[in-house]
Amino acid sequence: MRRFLWLVLALACTVTFFGPAVAQAQEEEGAGEAVRGSIVQRPEEGEPEPVEGVEIRISTAAGEEIGVATSDAEGNYLLELPGPGDYVAELNQESLPEGVGLTNPDRATLEFTVASGQQRPLLFPLGEGAARGGRRLGAFLSLLVSGITFGFIIAMAAVGLSLIFGTTGLVNFAHGDLVTFGALVAWWINVRGGIHLVPATILAVIVGIVGGLALNAGLWRPLRHRGTGLIAQLVISIGLGLALRYIYLIVFGGRTAPYAQYAVQRGLELGLVRVAPKDLVTIALSIVVLVGVALVLQKTKIGKAMRAVSDNADLAASSGINVERVIQFVWGFGAGLAALGGVLFGLNQQVHWEMGSLLLLLMFAGVTLGGLGTAYGALVGSLVIGIFVQTSTMIIPPEMKEVGGLLVLILVLLVRPQGILGRAERVG
Amino acid sequence: MSDSLPPTWVDDVDASPGSAKPDPVLTVDGVTRRFGGLTAVDVEHVEIQRGAITALIGPNGAGKTTFFNLLTGFDKPDAGSWVYRPLTANGDGHREQKLNHMGAHNVTRAGVVRTFQLTKALSRLTVMDNMKLGATGQSGESMFKALIRPLWREQERQIEKRAISLLERFKLIDKRDDWAGTLSGGQRKLLEMARALMVQPQVIMLDEPMAGVNPALTQSLLVHVKELRADGMTVLFVEHDMDVVYDISDWVIVMAEGAIIAEGVPHAIGQDRRVIDAYLGAHHDAPLTDEEEERQFAEAQEVLESEEQVQ
Amino acid sequence: MNWEGILGAAARAAVGRDAVVFCLAAIGLNMHFGYTGLLNFGQAGFMAIGAYGLAVAVNTIGLPMWIGLIVGLAAAVVLALLLGVPTLRLRADYLAIVTIAAAEILRLTFRSVALRDVTGGSSGLTQFARDFYTINPYSSGTYGLWLVRVDERVAWVLTVGWGLVILLSLMMYLLMHSPWGRVIKSIREDEDAARSLGKNVYFYKMQSLILGGVIGAIAGFITSISSQSVQPDTYSTPVTFFAYVILILGGTARIFGPIAGAMIFWALLSLTNSVLRAAVAPDGPLPGLLSGTQIGQVRFVLVGVSLMLLMIFRPQGIFGDRKELALDER
Repeated sequence: MRRFLWLVLALACTVTFFGPAVAQAQEEEGAGEAVRGSIVQRPEEGEPEPVEGVEIRISTAAGEEIGVATSDAEGNYLLELPGPGDYVAELNQESLPEGVGLTNPDRATLEFTVASGQQRPLLFPLGEGAARGGRRLGAFLSLLVSGITFGFIIAMAAVGLSLIFGTTGLVNFAHGDLVTFGALVAWWINVRGGIHLVPATILAVIVGIVGGLALNAGLWRPLRHRGTGLIAQLVISIGLGLALRYIYLIVFGGRTAPYAQYAVQRGLELGLVRVAPKDLVTIALSIVVLVGVALVLQKTKIGKAMRAVSDNADLAASSGINVERVIQFVWGFGAGLAALGGVLFGLNQQVHWEMGSLLLLLMFAGVTLGGLGTAYGALVGSLVIGIFVQTSTMIIPPEMKEVGGLLVLILVLLVRPQGILGRAERVG
Repeated sequence: MSDSLPPTWVDDVDASPGSAKPDPVLTVDGVTRRFGGLTAVDVEHVEIQRGAITALIGPNGAGKTTFFNLLTGFDKPDAGSWVYRPLTANGDGHREQKLNHMGAHNVTRAGVVRTFQLTKALSRLTVMDNMKLGATGQSGESMFKALIRPLWREQERQIEKRAISLLERFKLIDKRDDWAGTLSGGQRKLLEMARALMVQPQVIMLDEPMAGVNPALTQSLLVHVKELRADGMTVLFVEHDMDVVYDISDWVIVMAEGAIIAEGVPHAIGQDRRVIDAYLGAHHDAPLTDEEEERQFAEAQEVLESEEQVQ
Repeated sequence: MNWEGILGAAARAAVGRDAVVFCLAAIGLNMHFGYTGLLNFGQAGFMAIGAYGLAVAVNTIGLPMWIGLIVGLAAAVVLALLLGVPTLRLRADYLAIVTIAAAEILRLTFRSVALRDVTGGSSGLTQFARDFYTINPYSSGTYGLWLVRVDERVAWVLTVGWGLVILLSLMMYLLMHSPWGRVIKSIREDEDAARSLGKNVYFYKMQSLILGGVIGAIAGFITSISSQSVQPDTYSTPVTFFAYVILILGGTARIFGPIAGAMIFWALLSLTNSVLRAAVAPDGPLPGLLSGTQIGQVRFVLVGVSLMLLMIFRPQGIFGDRKELALDER
């Protein structure tokens, strides 16, 4: 138990240590804060054209509406804000003229922070509407590629979730926050530390592994030894996730931030599809890593032990496997993968304090789809969910895409509760 | 051997798997259950005699508990059906009722109740509440009627009366207001049996009622089981302890690898070649030399006979 | 430090709107988690659907408010059915995943641009509870005693809110001391045992899910009526976790658990908030350590850590009996 208290203490220290650096930015009262920008369409060929009458709704981070700004004939808009702080701007896509759309429909809603006295510029890059007639196939293929990317990211994080469940029975609701942890650590090393993203990623994964091992040794192992029930552990993981998430918020702030490298990339034209090189790297890296995971599970002694413990922990223990050591390994392994998934997710969508917890539900969807507790099931299920979520934006508004993924989860439970690759278990 | 005389019906029954009984309360046909590639249960035909104590024995993994789960609606078979023939309320005839495709709670309501291998005492309910829960047809178990006490107060009083007499019979009356979680392992077994009787079943299925019970309590449990038969109930039980089987059962059914391989009166079943093979794991498809087979057979017979002599 | 101010704020928090709302939400969770053992992590969803049922019925469809309340309750029943049908036959953790997902689905759907005409998008709907305030029996003025003084509108909300708390607690008492409650508790202990005794476990779990969900919707009514507005982000996932902390703090499966838990929880939060604010004030011991926004965020960290500590050290709540815990090992 003492170890656990140390952990809490360490967390508390983290807050106090990083706290002041962030706090400075938001102090001092001031006047004249506003948000402004111009809505301009930039076609691939020809002159940029201002767009009039586009509505942008501004509200506080808490959801309180401030007002709606409308672009004038020059495409400019301006809205005064009540003070410095975090805000959300939402571009009403229905107010855009025919044939004009956001270059990235995911970015219709932007969160931003306004400093004291700042006139915050805000850009909504416009291009030709994504879903126009002849380009539908290209758009679909692009979404397919981004879906595969997204699916691999989910998979990488979900493998750990599934393995931890398999070996310990814990449904770890804090797993998403391990994903965020990796992304944040990499961001810190990369942007604050000025180290290139590639070594930063490696360091972040190492820190992630250490974090996972520490969580197991400091929290979960003592709980298992006390005989804390699985339901209680589930609730504890929820508390842990909530605490971690808000520590991230306090330390990192409510902003969305890119990495120093590869943030903006010119897409490569591959036939009908335009793909950012970083997405290709993400896919390639994921394949390499996940094949590695499969090899570890299939070929190595520890991998076989992991599968044995998943199958039947008592039997594994009685046949001489050190179950605790296997679980320790699973935690390090799973947390490392989650951290890597977090960096790739941050590369894909920028870093945000809540990114992992939003991913968590999609991980659950993927894992449930594949069958809770099976590593390969988690992989297949996550890919399906990722592709489904992204390609569904052809039909439904992008802001609703997660809803689709979660509905799949519920449908799967209705039709095949043991998952696609899961087995039915004997009762009693 | 059994301290009461063996029932006369056993003389008229074939000692072969799936033999017909004069008055079967349960008749099972073609039940199979597979888990993945493994066939856990594959029972062609079996009948359970009314008012008798039938033991279900077999080596570990023979599918006994799965068979119990299927019969009581806790698991669904891949194929098969079984018919239950309860006595009518006035006791002068019987109905026929198909129990397959019925949920576990409906099987119980029909009058077939079971207990579990690992006792399921409801820890944070009192012993009395455990008992009362067993009563079926309680109007206070409807959410809306529950709010109006007068609607169920009288019934509750009747149920309590019945519970008290059972608790007295099972010597648990001193514990009536204790949490069931505070009872010892043996007391939990007693409570579970008493609670099952609150259902007023015609068939009671006990999954290893003697497992993990100390010898002193075993005797008292045995007496209770015999009383069930005396009260006209049919008892079907799974047991590993052959002493217990010899002591109380009227009829023995042997399962191995999911199938019923032998039936008979207790003293005869120990001589049965198939039973000995099943227990010793001699596979028919793995040929042995004649001497080896002879030797194993003698050995097994010795084991079984020595068990018999303990009585 | 201004102790009278700090204590006054704590006292107001202990009986205030948030305490009432979360007390109601926790009564519903007590039905689910405390008595039946159902892991509903989507109580925020039930609150949201109650609040939106009311607001949409009144504002968008133009129905009178009392019909709006019925719409909200009916919507909660439908939600419980939708969640329960796929999950109540499965292992307990599936319900946890599905309910948490469902609450998020609802929130994302309510705030979507596509439904802006119906639900008002991310800014929500306002001014749908005028009927509630027109029947306010309090004339304008301030009410209360000592440090707790509120205006007539808040007084009316609190009267109705705490009145509902008492009414629902009484109902829970009657239910839990009836044969119905016995079946419910037996399901929490061991649902196979309940099934073997002829109880239709699925049906009872569904009843429990509906009842607790409807109580959650009532909590949503109070939330939305008191501010005359509904906004999707009011009903985000942490709301459910707050309710869990309150329930466990006060003690699960106890009638007074949610009431004690809610009052203590909000008073404690108010106290820590005041103390933190004083500490980081320019003349405090830790000037400028945290900004005002960050102090608000510390609250969530505290809730998360308390949830962990409670579950680890005192799962029986602060008034609970350690003996009860020993029975838990099944």
